[in-house]
Amino acid sequence: MKVSVRDLTKIFPARGRKKGEDVVAAGHVSFEIEDGELIGLLGPSGCGKSTILNLLCGLLQPTEGRIFFGEEDVTDLPAEQRGVGMVFQNYALYPHLTVMQNIMFPLQNFKGDRKLSREEIKKRTDEAARLVQIDGLMDRKPAELSGGQQQRVAIARALVKMPRILLMDEPLSNLDARLRLQTREEIRRIQRETGITTVFVTHDQDEAMSISDRIIVMQSGVVNQIGKPQEVYDSPANLFVAKFLGNPQINTFRGAVRGGEVYVGGDCILPADGIPDGEVIVGVRPEGLIPAPDGALGCRLRGVEVMGRDISVLAEHDASEAATVRSIVSAENIAMLGGGTVRFDIKPGKAFVFAADTGLRLDGRRADG
Amino acid sequence: MGKRSAKGWLYLLPAILFLGFFLVYPLVDVFVYSFEESYNFASQTYAGVGTFNYSYILRDPYFLQAIKNTFILVIITVPVSTGLALVISLALNSIERLRRLFQTVYFLPYVTNTLAVGLVFMILFQRTPYTDGFVNLMLSWFGAGPVDFIDGPYAAKMFVLCLYTVWIVLPFKILILTSALASVSKDYYNAARIDNTPPFRVFRKITLPMISPSIVYLVITGFIGAFKAYSDAVALFGTNLNAAGMNTIVGYVYDMLYGSSGGYPSYASAAAIVLFVIVLTITVINLLVSRKHVHYNS
Repeated sequence: MKVSVRDLTKIFPARGRKKGEDVVAAGHVSFEIEDGELIGLLGPSGCGKSTILNLLCGLLQPTEGRIFFGEEDVTDLPAEQRGVGMVFQNYALYPHLTVMQNIMFPLQNFKGDRKLSREEIKKRTDEAARLVQIDGLMDRKPAELSGGQQQRVAIARALVKMPRILLMDEPLSNLDARLRLQTREEIRRIQRETGITTVFVTHDQDEAMSISDRIIVMQSGVVNQIGKPQEVYDSPANLFVAKFLGNPQINTFRGAVRGGEVYVGGDCILPADGIPDGEVIVGVRPEGLIPAPDGALGCRLRGVEVMGRDISVLAEHDASEAATVRSIVSAENIAMLGGGTVRFDIKPGKAFVFAADTGLRLDGRRADG
Repeated sequence: MGKRSAKGWLYLLPAILFLGFFLVYPLVDVFVYSFEESYNFASQTYAGVGTFNYSYILRDPYFLQAIKNTFILVIITVPVSTGLALVISLALNSIERLRRLFQTVYFLPYVTNTLAVGLVFMILFQRTPYTDGFVNLMLSWFGAGPVDFIDGPYAAKMFVLCLYTVWIVLPFKILILTSALASVSKDYYNAARIDNTPPFRVFRKITLPMISPSIVYLVITGFIGAFKAYSDAVALFGTNLNAAGMNTIVGYVYDMLYGSSGGYPSYASAAAIVLFVIVLTITVINLLVSRKHVHYNS
């Protein structure tokens, strides 16, 4: 099912006796999701991503804007009639029902033409359980399951009614690190097998990047960028997106454009085609800083972190926004380091120029997202 | 006995002595009295040992009347008050505006003195040479004749007693149930909503199981409380409950000890033991039934 969101706005009015500011949880959000896509809705906590999810499923009503499932305008349709499947952050499994009863719960609500026979319900429940591989645990209560198993039950319950779209709210946040890796691949597999259009909310960029077809990066209720994970990473639309994606974080320097060149400190590090003179922020991915004896950017060397496959070269620079400048190189290149200063070459395509005041990308290479 | 456990017992001693003197000893004593014929407090003598006291009270029309009254009271007021409290709590839980006001209003009877409430009920229901009472006034608007609720037919008196009891126990039950309802996570309701669950199914399959421990608690304490009813009847019908035909088991025990017919501790003890057996039986049944239907792991 194709999903279109047009100009969606949600304002929570100020509450309480002391009238505070209204909270704009989502401001003029628009995007399109193709049929069968897995979309990661990514942003820091409080950015409005859960609000968008609740608007999609109908638990919240938008202040403005429309939502379409396919050609149908569902904006005014209550949650009960939207036919979406939802996996809640804490799973919301009914604790007094068994796994089987939990999964068949949505099917037993079907009425009229859609009403299912007992055998039909049993069959579809078993299918859903097999899909998420919990068919051996049907008689357990949720409290007797591990976090990962509960997660699977929640997914099965959301999928069993064959929803038009599947929504997941921070589906992995309650799992430990190892299980998280495993489960996210599992979610990807289930989504591929069912081909169901899926939106999942996360604040974890690794998670979003690794399994999404496309990601939507949000900040303060506004969509910053939409695109394939790699595209967004390679060509962030603004400083926020550049900082939010990538681990370790991007290095940022206060710099200036003078006469068609970008200066950080005294060093001219990049050409600045068509960028007017002025203050800028230069972002360089850690893998874009390559130690070289005659490199463009000079920093004070602080140390080296060896992490097996790669090493991190840690340095300092007066113009750096963070205390540490980090460069990641493969372990063979370690030999060339020495002395109190280290110079880096800037790898093209790994460095971006942003306006110092607005944070918007200034150099032209950004792809359409 | 090691030194450590001796020390432990020493610490427990005050509590054991206190409970022993004021709880265990009287319990045992009541049981003993109930088998001692014509026990006399003053002379500390009795005529014989046997089940005479039981066979006497079980043939005493006043005791039989008290048992009947108590059972009617229990069977009517426990389900009605629990059901009503559930309905009111659900309503309170679903409104947002004025919720606090209504919560306060419903809680007021709990902090009001029983006898004061009894006086108010008298004004509402009692006929005097000057007035037929407020309720009769309202009945007359619908063309119904005046009914003497305090001194009239049995059904009318029982109705007032039940109404009074329900009204007295309601606030506590509402308090317990509203907090139980408020503690059910909203996520369950959101999940049910997204799955298009009909409201009654939500109530039966989600709300009711989730608050079932509170309901069981209220039913069991409700049964016990209603079996021990006494002051409510006194507040409405005065101290001579036998004459009014509105005595309860506890009232009968009290009358046997101190009442106008007073001074029969053996009969009182037997009646108290009968009450104990009834309450114990009902509570055990309650627990057995509820074990199947209650979900404690939430």
